[in-house]
Amino acid sequence: MENNHDEVIREVTQNEYKYGFYTDIETDTLPKGLNENIVRMISAKKDEPEWLLEWRLKAFQHWKKMKMPEWAHLIIPKIHYQDIIFYAAPKQQASLEGLDEVDPELRKTFDKLGIPLDEQKRLSGVAVDAVMDSVSVKTTFSETLAELGIIFCSFSDAVKNHPDLVKKYLGSVVPYTDNFFAALNSAVFSDGSFCYIPRGVRCPMELSTYFRINAANTGQFERTLLVADDEAMVSYLEGCTAPMRDENQLHAAVVEIVALEKAEVKYSTVQNWYPGDKNGKGGIFNFVTKRGICKGNDSKISWTQVETGSAITWKYPSCILKGHNSIGEFYSVAVTNNMQQADTGTKMMHIGRNTRSTIISKGISAGKSQNSYRGLVRILKNAENARNFSQCDSLLLGDRCGAHTFPYIETDNSTSIVEHEATTSKISEDQIFYCNQRGIGTEKAISLIVNGYAKEVLNKLPMEFAVEAQKLLQISLEGSVG
Amino acid sequence: MLSIKDLKVSVANKEILSGINLEVRTGEVHAIMGPNGSGKSTLATAIAGRDTIDITHGSIKYQGENLLEMDPEERAKKGIFLGFQYPVEIPGVSMVSFMKTAVNEHRLYNGQEPLSAGDFLKYMREKKELVEFDSQLTNRSVNEGFSGGEKKKNEIFQMALLEPKLAILDETDSGLDIDALKIVARGVNTLKNKDNATIVITHYQRLLDYIIPDFVHVLYNGRIVKSSGKELAMELEEKGYDWIKEEAGR
Repeated sequence: MENNHDEVIREVTQNEYKYGFYTDIETDTLPKGLNENIVRMISAKKDEPEWLLEWRLKAFQHWKKMKMPEWAHLIIPKIHYQDIIFYAAPKQQASLEGLDEVDPELRKTFDKLGIPLDEQKRLSGVAVDAVMDSVSVKTTFSETLAELGIIFCSFSDAVKNHPDLVKKYLGSVVPYTDNFFAALNSAVFSDGSFCYIPRGVRCPMELSTYFRINAANTGQFERTLLVADDEAMVSYLEGCTAPMRDENQLHAAVVEIVALEKAEVKYSTVQNWYPGDKNGKGGIFNFVTKRGICKGNDSKISWTQVETGSAITWKYPSCILKGHNSIGEFYSVAVTNNMQQADTGTKMMHIGRNTRSTIISKGISAGKSQNSYRGLVRILKNAENARNFSQCDSLLLGDRCGAHTFPYIETDNSTSIVEHEATTSKISEDQIFYCNQRGIGTEKAISLIVNGYAKEVLNKLPMEFAVEAQKLLQISLEGSVG
Repeated sequence: MLSIKDLKVSVANKEILSGINLEVRTGEVHAIMGPNGSGKSTLATAIAGRDTIDITHGSIKYQGENLLEMDPEERAKKGIFLGFQYPVEIPGVSMVSFMKTAVNEHRLYNGQEPLSAGDFLKYMREKKELVEFDSQLTNRSVNEGFSGGEKKKNEIFQMALLEPKLAILDETDSGLDIDALKIVARGVNTLKNKDNATIVITHYQRLLDYIIPDFVHVLYNGRIVKSSGKELAMELEEKGYDWIKEEAGR
């Protein structure tokens, strides 16, 4: 098996990242580095109201006093914040009406990524906000959705057109004081998506944001704010890719979700940032804060994530279960290969009565990668009859990778029930040979077993993306036999 | 169909088979018997092509081709099927997707179009009836939570789906009650025809009451020490293996 193993490692190294191309487009950038002036310039570029600039500046002052968190099971090289460009916007041709308002070069880029910006070509059930580097390029179906009162637009447009909503909810779930990367994002965020579903409306299509990093030496700091009013319902999907580069690039995003009474939000992520090469050179540092609050009674927030990319992932999509009977869910598949590192998981804060949460985490490690699950289930004093079920499984391919589980449970209410299950398994040679003997080659056997293992989570994804995610798992693990 | 010449096999540097010769022609059923540890399973594994064993000497030809140069999956697709003594569990992978993948890999190899989900389910239903396989089990993950008997019946069911030219059944009878044994034997007999061949590996003569072999070989200490017709099996049942050991020792 050892020979086989070597061969397989070799194959992995030849496995190309499909989205690693770069679009040569003129870019409007600010000078590199970070200081108060840069923050003011970003705000000015976006023609922002005074209150938002004030908020940014407060965040920046706070960030300067903070230190990067070191508790994660990650080895993070020093990040030189003064060498990063904090704002880069692709220059668009003079804007024309209708379909042609997107620069052809950008249109081509997104076509290549499989995200056509023409509404006719798009899967009929999905509206997209396409973000390249620091700005939103195009949001499709905005008008169709507006007829239902749904606001789906870039964050910049939201600040201009719906300042009251933005002011009310921005930072209400993830305040700028929350953590180092959230503070950084609050100071320099450039764009992102904004979504508001009015009372009683079920959003008729999937909403999605597609993030693309293109420019070199640039950090991406987008912000997504999603508000579902009473009895509203929405399913949201996020996708992301970046060019292959030798240097690391920083991605520090914030996602905030607010679910009011009986509202339901499903947020799915297929994360496919460039993971770096086989030796760990290059790749995205993905340091993201995602949090939702079930503010109203009987509300529900569900996170589903398929994490295959990034050199380093630091990410804990969480739920604050404030409303009584509210429900939080976290379904995750995290794949690491070669030199990738991931420290990911969730936090479930049970505040209201009869709140329930479910955590299903499936880690898959291959190559020399390190994959950690870190989760906190906290039951507060007044959370009568709160209930949590957690299941954390790890699958190892080969014997040079690591899988770690750090589950924290803190409960201050004796009526709560908290369950935690964890397993670690390996794909055995017996299983592979059994498949081989039925005519199934080793590569295919692994993909079959991994998909079977992750099925519980993949099934939670919207249909169109489940297929995509399955393929992605296959590509990410190509050749990683142990 | 299968021609094994002076085959020597080691596992972890220990010689297990010390010069096996065996000829199997189409339409034949061969039984390989022998006491525990005589090398029966190693022989089956060598034919199937597992890389944990080392072929140190000799040759295996299958349909005129050198089998030893082929991957296990290629051997499988050329029609060699191994019914495992201990079928492995594959959690999360449903029997349907497992066997659909396997059948379509075979079809692809033979230049046929893959079966659609609907066609495969139909094909599966036919085969299930043919070998009396419990329909509920195909909804579960491969062998997961199956009883010993169910696992063995599942091997025969998979064999029915893949329609092999050469089936090797490694101790398929072990751990079966008499009813399960009859079902397994009926399955094997139903699938038998003049164009395929079967090698039945067993410790007991019991299975051979239901699957009638054309030849019986006795494996002892890595060698075939006796080959004869089906009457040899009866003799072994009556007298045990001791006289064989004595004869071989002489």
